[in-house]
Amino acid sequence: MGEAIVITSGKGGVGKTTATANIGTGLAMHGHKVVLVDADIGLRNLDVVIGLENRIVYDIVDVVEGTCKLKNALIKDKKTEGLYLLPAAQTRDKTAVSSEQMTTLINELKEEFDFVLIDCPAGIEHGFKNAIVAADKAIVVTVPEVSAVRDADRIIGLLLANEVSYVRLIINRLRKDMIDAGNMLDIDDTLEILSVDLLGIVPEDSDIIRSSNIGEPVIIKAESPSGIAFRNIVARILGENVPLMELKKEPAGFFASIKKLFSRKQV
Amino acid sequence: MGSWANFIQKLTGKTQTKDVAKERLKFVLFHDRSEIPPALVDVIKDEIIAVLDKYLDIDQTKMDVELTRLDDDTRTTASALVASIPIKGVKKLQ
Repeated sequence: MGEAIVITSGKGGVGKTTATANIGTGLAMHGHKVVLVDADIGLRNLDVVIGLENRIVYDIVDVVEGTCKLKNALIKDKKTEGLYLLPAAQTRDKTAVSSEQMTTLINELKEEFDFVLIDCPAGIEHGFKNAIVAADKAIVVTVPEVSAVRDADRIIGLLLANEVSYVRLIINRLRKDMIDAGNMLDIDDTLEILSVDLLGIVPEDSDIIRSSNIGEPVIIKAESPSGIAFRNIVARILGENVPLMELKKEPAGFFASIKKLFSRKQV
Repeated sequence: MGSWANFIQKLTGKTQTKDVAKERLKFVLFHDRSEIPPALVDVIKDEIIAVLDKYLDIDQTKMDVELTRLDDDTRTTASALVASIPIKGVKKLQ
């Protein structure tokens, strides 16, 4: 029996979908059978971030309405062995699926897969409730910014109130230059405010945009800091004790590029 | 909350905006979690003054009414209303 992990945040745009795509890919790269479930019905994005947008025939609403069998809707990723996607519907909204239907579906997926990762929509309404209803664990993603942290706190409260007691935090888009200048909440600040256990951190990285441009999660090549950060996060999920990566300033300019050419890869 | 930025600037000589953010977040989350609106404490303070003023001569400039957390480390919402009210004397009841 696999486990269902919901990736949520409250605030939109902090990196849930990116995290779901990378963590799912990483777990599959370790040999596990993983399904990514896009629970953002009406605003689907997991398909495009992972590069499977042109292979969608059926979606989650087709499955719960009985239009097709579950296995017909699952898309097998050709780049990463063991990785599957259950896409959201794009022309419906979040009321198209009930909590009972979602619970049945997730439980069915847990029988076939080692990990069921649920990409939660932003907000706290029906879509959020559906995404968490059958989750065993939750990963909350936030960025070190006032609105996001406030929303993350609300989400953590709602998760605990809904009996999702295993909650871990990812702090995304950290910028060392701003932290050093005292203009960005650092890791300790954020943990102190939210009182939740840390799963990992991801530095701000322009490679994320490049990777979603081409539909290939950064964790696959892991040449960039964010790719390495996601690999560390996956290792921790699998029980390995990986120390937090050291944040480096995002280099810019000609000499920084030359330096990067000759520097050794950070492990 | 511009007063916070000024306070920290006076102390350190430069504005560490992340410290302002941290204090503001702690304030906002405390009230979010306990569901006590931030300005309610001020309303309560004024009403306490009105009641005490009937019986006691109190030093309004030195009094303090605050909502505090009982436990700093966790997500608990347990709080206490703490009031410190210096009494200058008792009013003669008519």
